[in-house]
Formats: sequence, C-alpha cells, structure tokens
Amino acid sequence: MKAPTRNRRPGFSRRAQYGLFASYVVAVTGILVGLGLIVIARVDPQGFGMVWGAALDVTTPISSLERGLVRGVGDAVDGTTNYIAAGSKNAAMARELDADRRALVAARILSLENARLRRMLKLVDNRPAAVAVARIVGSTGVSSRRYATLNAGSNEGVRPGQPVRSAEGLIGHVVEAGMTASRVLLITDNASVVPVRMARGGMPALAAGRGDGSVEIRPLGAGGNPFDRGDIVLTSGTGGLYPPDVPVAVVVRKEGDVAVAWPLANPAQLDYAMVEPAFAGLPPPPAAPPPGKR
Amino acid sequence: MPPPRSSAPPTRAIELRARLVPVLSTLGGSAVALLPTVALAPNWPPFGLLMLLGWRLLRPEMWPAWVGLPLGLADDLLTGQTLGTGMVTWTACLMLADLVEVRLLWRDYVQEWLIAALAIAGAILCAWAIATWTGGAAPLRLVVPQMLTSILCFPIIGRLCALLDRWRLATGKIRASD
Repeated sequence: MKAPTRNRRPGFSRRAQYGLFASYVVAVTGILVGLGLIVIARVDPQGFGMVWGAALDVTTPISSLERGLVRGVGDAVDGTTNYIAAGSKNAAMARELDADRRALVAARILSLENARLRRMLKLVDNRPAAVAVARIVGSTGVSSRRYATLNAGSNEGVRPGQPVRSAEGLIGHVVEAGMTASRVLLITDNASVVPVRMARGGMPALAAGRGDGSVEIRPLGAGGNPFDRGDIVLTSGTGGLYPPDVPVAVVVRKEGDVAVAWPLANPAQLDYAMVEPAFAGLPPPPAAPPPGKR
Repeated sequence: MPPPRSSAPPTRAIELRARLVPVLSTLGGSAVALLPTVALAPNWPPFGLLMLLGWRLLRPEMWPAWVGLPLGLADDLLTGQTLGTGMVTWTACLMLADLVEVRLLWRDYVQEWLIAALAIAGAILCAWAIATWTGGAAPLRLVVPQMLTSILCFPIIGRLCALLDRWRLATGKIRASD
C-alpha cells in the first residue's frame, strides 16, 4: 500500500498553492500548443522539415553504430549455423547450380535478343544515375506510421520527394532530409500510393500501403479482379516521382475487388538502398493551369 | 562518477544525480526506438511513456505536470511520431494521475497497474488517432497488440524505476517525503 502523499495539497501556504496552480496552467497551455503543432502537421506536413532533419542527424549515428554491432553478432551466429548444416547445404547448392546454369544460358540468349531488338528500335537507356547509395539504419516500431531512416542526407544530395529503391524493388520515397540522414516513407505506409502496372499484361493499378507490411493493389480498370497469386506489379512511372519498371510487390491473395501483395524489397531484411532523382521532376505546384479551363 | 563512500550530507553532485536520473532514464526509454530494427507494424511498446508513468506513480511529488511537455517533445523527435503527440498525451497522462490521486487516498499494486493501463491505452489510442488524422496510420487491429504488450510490460518498468530510484538516492536522502 502506498501512503497518501502529503506534498500534493500544499496546506495553507498561499505561495505553494499558487505554484501548484501555475504548474497546471503551464501544462494546459502546453497541451494546447501541442494540439496546435498537430494541426500544423496536418495542414503543412513539410513545415517542421528543419526540426526533423536536425533530430535525424543527431539520432542516426547511434542507430548506425548499433546496427554494426547487431550485424556482427548476427554474422557470427550465421557462420556457426552454416558450419553445422554444411553437408546438406552443399548438396542443395549443387542442385541449385545445375538449375542456374540452364537458366543462365536462357538468360544470355534473351539478353542478346534484347540488345538486338533495342538496336532495331534505337532505344537509349537514359535512366539517371543514383543520387546516393545509403544504408537503412532503422525504423520506428512505436509510431503507427511506417518510416525508415537512411544514413544519407542533403550533404549527399538527398532531397524530399526522391524515390528510394533497392536491387530487389521499390522501398518508398524521401519525406524529410537532414544533413547526414533522411526519413523514408515506406510503400507499406497507409499514406503511400504508388501507380503501378501488372508485369503480365500491363494493366494499370494503384498500390496503397496497408500499414501491416503489405500493400493493397487496386486495379484501375473496371470489372473483375485480374490478379492471380504470384503476379508481380511494377511501377508505371505515371505522374512522375517513381521511375517506371521498378518491381514493387508480388500478389499473395485476392480480397474481393483488390489484391493483397507483399513488397519485393523487404525493408526489414535489406541493407543498402539507392536514392534516385525524382522521375521527370516534381511538378511545380502553382504553375501549369488545367488545360480544360478557360 | 563513483558515489562518495561516506554518510556525509548530500552534496551537489548527488543532488544532481537525483534530479537527472529520472529524466535521463525516461529519455533512454524513448531512445529504445533508435534500436536498429525495421518494424513492419507498430508493435514496440512506447518505453518512454512507460518510464514516465513508472516514475510518476513511484514519486508523485517529484515532477510537476508540465514535465510531460519537454519529455514528450523529445519522445516525438526520437520515435518519429507527429510533432506534438507526446506533448499532449504525456501531459494528459500526468494530469490524469493527479486527478486519480486526489480521489484515491491509498493505492496498492493492482490499482497502480490499472491506472497505468488506462493511461497507456488512452495514450496509444490518442497517438493512433493523431497519426490517422495527419496522414494515415496502421489499422486499429494492429495497434491492439502494442497496447497489450505495453500494459504487460509496465510492472517490469515499474521495478526498473524503483531500482533506479534506490540507486539515485543511495547516499544521503534528499527527498524523504514518504
């Protein structure tokens, strides 16, 4: 049992009573200020970019250091496990190698054919080089938003709005950039919508985050659910921001009109991420009046 | 710094430690979010809030209600929630504890856990509502496990606070009000 506290109600001392009252006034004022900050965050999401950038710059080195430690321990455990399972793994790898050799030959034929067709069409691959290659050092497990932290910032040329991808697929786009660190809105966040198309058939769709690590694929065309389990969706490049033909997700099941897909680039496993320049630039908001209006 | 090995009256250094330990441990709880994990869903308990509640329920007279403002702001910056979320919810939690304390003269372990559970559930729900309003949050069913783990974690955090409390006041009692 905890005894009642005597200090809370400060007896007949006027000074102490006023002090307690003042602390509540400060607290309530602070709550109102906090609500004001939330309203500002709703009206102008980029409003506190400077504050966030500074906070990221301070906290990211800690995460980076810890990440190195965790990886070291993880590698040691992996090494030991590999040693134990060496025999069966060797056999499995030999089988895999045989299969891969066949696939490699097929791929070489395809790439030659592809080069020939490209020459015929005189296509030039003018995809710009990556702005920065950086490590994903963590994300927030406490907040119900899905952000990841990248250890590259405006010093490396990272700006808000640039798409982030890994070798496996699309990760998201930069929302806040500090000097040496930046924050990435993952494609699994509820606020993220990526214009995509199906790899098979090229049907346009939208990939919206669901907040639980998966994305929802909504077909843009009417009628039926064209997706099958195992279908891969790619970015379409519509609307700028994301470059076309980046793998996004693989469909795992259908739910009524939409399909639930799992991102190909699992941010929990990936390590390095590429920040690319925004595709076709971000459109300037005030310019370009709608063409239909007179 | 090692504590002086005498029963001398509290020095400035000890007083500083007694004041700083609760603040730093709460900040440390918020900084748990910096661990290098990439979470797919919000499933980490808000350790900063748990530490704050642990200290508040252990030492009611230590902090005025407005201490939730700076600590909550630091928590927002460390955990990446919408700026203002921690300021509002943490201060509200402290004021709720004050309210309960005025009515409840004696409280025991179970009641303390109940108060903390109420405050945690309210704070997480409020943070979820704010995230939904400012852009989009995970569906509510994903927040429920976080709420449950946080409530179940609270007794451990309360123990940790008590341990730290004994250490911070180890040589010479500074605030021996109860």
